[in-house]
Amino acid sequence: MTRFEQLRLDGVSRSFAGQAALADLDLTIRRGEFIALLGPSGCGKSTALNCLAGLLPLTRGSIWQDDTRLDTLPPEKRGFGMVFQNYALFPHLTVRKNVAFGLQMRRVSRADIRRRVDEAIRLVHLEEHAGKLPGQLSGGQQQRVAIARAVVLEPSLVLMDEPLSNLDAKLRLEMRTEIRRLHQSLGLTTVYVTHDQEEALSLADRLVVLRAGRVQQVGTPEELHTSPANWHVADFMGYRNLLRLRAGATDGATLAVSGDGLELTGTPVGDVRPGAEVIAGVRPEDLVIGPDSGAGVRAVVEVVEYQGREVAVEAVTDSGLRLNLRGTVRPAPGDRITVTVDPARLLVFPADPPGAPEPAVEPDRADAPVATG
Amino acid sequence: MTATLDRPPEAPRRSRTALRHRLAERGIDRQLLLLVPAALFVILLFIYPFLYGVGLSFQPAEGGPLAAYREFFTDAYLRDTIGTTLGLSLPAALLNVLASVPIAYRMRGRFRGKRLLTTILVVPITLGTVLTAQGLLNFLGPTGWFNRTLLSSGLVDEPVRLTNNYWGVFFSLVITGFPFAFLLVLSYLSGIDPTLERAASTLGAGSWQRFRRITLPLLAPGLATTFCLTFVLAFSVFPSAILVGDPSGTTRVISIAAYEAAYVQYDYALASAVAVLMGLVELIVIAIVLGWRALLYTGSTAGGKG
Amino acid sequence: MSGVATRRRLSGSPLAWLIWGLVIFFFVNLAGVIGSVVVSSVGERWFDTWLPTAGYTTRWYGEAWQEFGLGPVLLTTLEVSLLVVGISVLIGVPASYVLARRSFPGRRLLYLLFLLPILMPPITYGIPLATVLYKYGFAGNLSGVVLANLVPSVPFVILTMTPFIEQIDPAIERAARMCGAGTRQVFVRILAPLLVPGILAASILVLVRTVGMFELTFLTAGPDSQTLVVALYYSMSAAGIRAQQSVDAMAVMYSGMMLVLLVVALRFVNPTQLVARVKEDVD
Repeated sequence: MTRFEQLRLDGVSRSFAGQAALADLDLTIRRGEFIALLGPSGCGKSTALNCLAGLLPLTRGSIWQDDTRLDTLPPEKRGFGMVFQNYALFPHLTVRKNVAFGLQMRRVSRADIRRRVDEAIRLVHLEEHAGKLPGQLSGGQQQRVAIARAVVLEPSLVLMDEPLSNLDAKLRLEMRTEIRRLHQSLGLTTVYVTHDQEEALSLADRLVVLRAGRVQQVGTPEELHTSPANWHVADFMGYRNLLRLRAGATDGATLAVSGDGLELTGTPVGDVRPGAEVIAGVRPEDLVIGPDSGAGVRAVVEVVEYQGREVAVEAVTDSGLRLNLRGTVRPAPGDRITVTVDPARLLVFPADPPGAPEPAVEPDRADAPVATG
Repeated sequence: MTATLDRPPEAPRRSRTALRHRLAERGIDRQLLLLVPAALFVILLFIYPFLYGVGLSFQPAEGGPLAAYREFFTDAYLRDTIGTTLGLSLPAALLNVLASVPIAYRMRGRFRGKRLLTTILVVPITLGTVLTAQGLLNFLGPTGWFNRTLLSSGLVDEPVRLTNNYWGVFFSLVITGFPFAFLLVLSYLSGIDPTLERAASTLGAGSWQRFRRITLPLLAPGLATTFCLTFVLAFSVFPSAILVGDPSGTTRVISIAAYEAAYVQYDYALASAVAVLMGLVELIVIAIVLGWRALLYTGSTAGGKG
Repeated sequence: MSGVATRRRLSGSPLAWLIWGLVIFFFVNLAGVIGSVVVSSVGERWFDTWLPTAGYTTRWYGEAWQEFGLGPVLLTTLEVSLLVVGISVLIGVPASYVLARRSFPGRRLLYLLFLLPILMPPITYGIPLATVLYKYGFAGNLSGVVLANLVPSVPFVILTMTPFIEQIDPAIERAARMCGAGTRQVFVRILAPLLVPGILAASILVLVRTVGMFELTFLTAGPDSQTLVVALYYSMSAAGIRAQQSVDAMAVMYSGMMLVLLVVALRFVNPTQLVARVKEDVD
């Protein structure tokens, strides 16, 4: 099977009837890497994956595997494997025949097919179910068949389209480990699409965050987690408190921000000018709860959620802003507290320029992606 | 089509690629060629003959392009066929749909023998109008079983005339049309989530209110469609209008007029004109019904996800 | 379940009795219509009485067979229907595949175009169609009858198959391509086995409709290319010349044939599908 050194996406774009679903995606994938495409639904991540697979023709750009141009090849000639969101198992073929299908297409000898199929089925622990039809399997088992069918070809690249989204929470954790194990033990190169930041952070070597068809940031999990490039990425990376404030004086390293009765100090990210409108983001776990008498932002506790070792707290400041906090201190609803934050942990991003699509930035973010649980 | 980095693709290939990209963006590629045989087929055997017929209708042997239409509207023997056809097909279609609703509503759940019942109902549809006509002549005729029953039960003194007139054709339309309407209504009803009615009953709605306020509004668009399809069936009544009807009088429907013009008088212009008018009248009725349907709620009839 | 309870309550109400009464009335009359034809066809003589006098016989069947030349007619019917089924599947299935899977400019218009031949009365387009077919020398023989019957059949296959293909997950085809299958292999190894039930159902529906289709065959058939239903019509409209009973015998043979078809059809399709293409849950 062909092994490449690098796979290069060069200005890959796809639009549907004039609407850009994916714009100018530049990305280089090295052999053995685990790349996650991350973003909310409709961000273009599945479009990117389908373009890479050849299931969607590009409307601009090109894809290169080392020195070979790929984007003009049909999907069956690219030699990639793919795991679909709803598995897409052939309903009329048994597990064994599903897994063998790709090998038959490649005219592998019968003995080799038998050996490789057996091996793949053992790899995903489905020996007892090899003769069953997909309809007779549970969701998790179907998922394993789909993975076995993709990896049995030893593809140069495995594409996974939200493969865990149809599983329940416990199974999802198990299969996550399984996918990472297979990736490492088989030396695969994987591109993985998900909207679950936790899944992406735990699986990937590098993440590509997409929003409205455009790349927001590419980086390792650590880079994205600690220094998101803009407030959209921050929003997606669990910065649940996004406050629309105004920039004040700066001393180079830190910046004063104020508004809505708050006076805070943060670290600027990107081009933040004094007096400009900004969005300050902070994770719930970086807000520190202090006693009523202490310094900091005054607030009243509204909701306390028990979450194992920690508690999630929702508090309302005197000026009416809603803050999400997280920690081991366990206040009671109605308690008066003060909230402080380390300036290094409060990231100050420029707000979108006028004319950009208006984000729904509200202190109360009930629709925010679920943070680490 | 492969190219390498150091050898850029030549200009013609690039323009071809660009065109393909542009077409792909609009969803056009070679797969659409699979449509060609079917499209060609409909155009050659439906659209072309139809337009040819329209053309013929404007080229009568004498009297200018509109002579055939003028003849149709001035000759009462031709003009009245529209009224006759509508007089048969509208009441028949209406009766078929209206009778189907309570019966289908009653049978919407599962019960033993449902499959048998629907199977028996399919029989008259598959038998078709010609056989039904033969059966009606025997059954409803002056010496048939029906009249015999009426006579012997003392309800009437002499046989009721039910064939070779309006009623014969009407019954033939009901026998073939009712099962058709019923099965359609039944399948529309089975598509309505039964939990909606259960929800309504927990909110205190009685059985009539549940039907009137929940089921009927959700069923209404389906009823409109059913009416249209049943009407089309009844409107094109032809063999039974001749066989069990009174083809030169009360059941001289528009199909007969068209047929006679073409194959008795060999006046193709008139025949085409009649056919065109027939299609037009039918489309007007359908348009009115579908226009009413457009005013109704036509979304999902499921109660929620999954 | 409250559904069951509702049903039980309803069955006691006067409305329910009325409804059942209507259904039974319909069925009794239906049985009368069919029964009187059957009884007449085996009766030696049947005039003003409840049942035939002078005993029963099967001789009308022999006479009908002879008199109307039913052997060749049946053969024609078979030829016409099989040709129509085969051709309409070949033309209709690829088109419905594209209609089900793809969106492209003009898709709705095309769908409407395919819907029209089903919506229009057969006489409306049958007369101009027959004229055109005569002009090109197709009418009056088997090819004309087949061509005319294809007009509603191809759209019918398309309208039956499109929803059927829509419910097959398109990701399955993509998965096959990602496994390295080319277009032909995707079709032969993945789609064809999944499409078989749908094609079978569509074929049977077209078969039933073609055997029963009167108007189009009537308008395009010559003396040697009549199907059974048209022959039956001619024998009926020429009544008086021939014994009523032999016409009835022919009608019984026709309905027997339709019933056999129906029984076969219902092994593969739901009764509702014979009239509609509304999806119904599998029982």
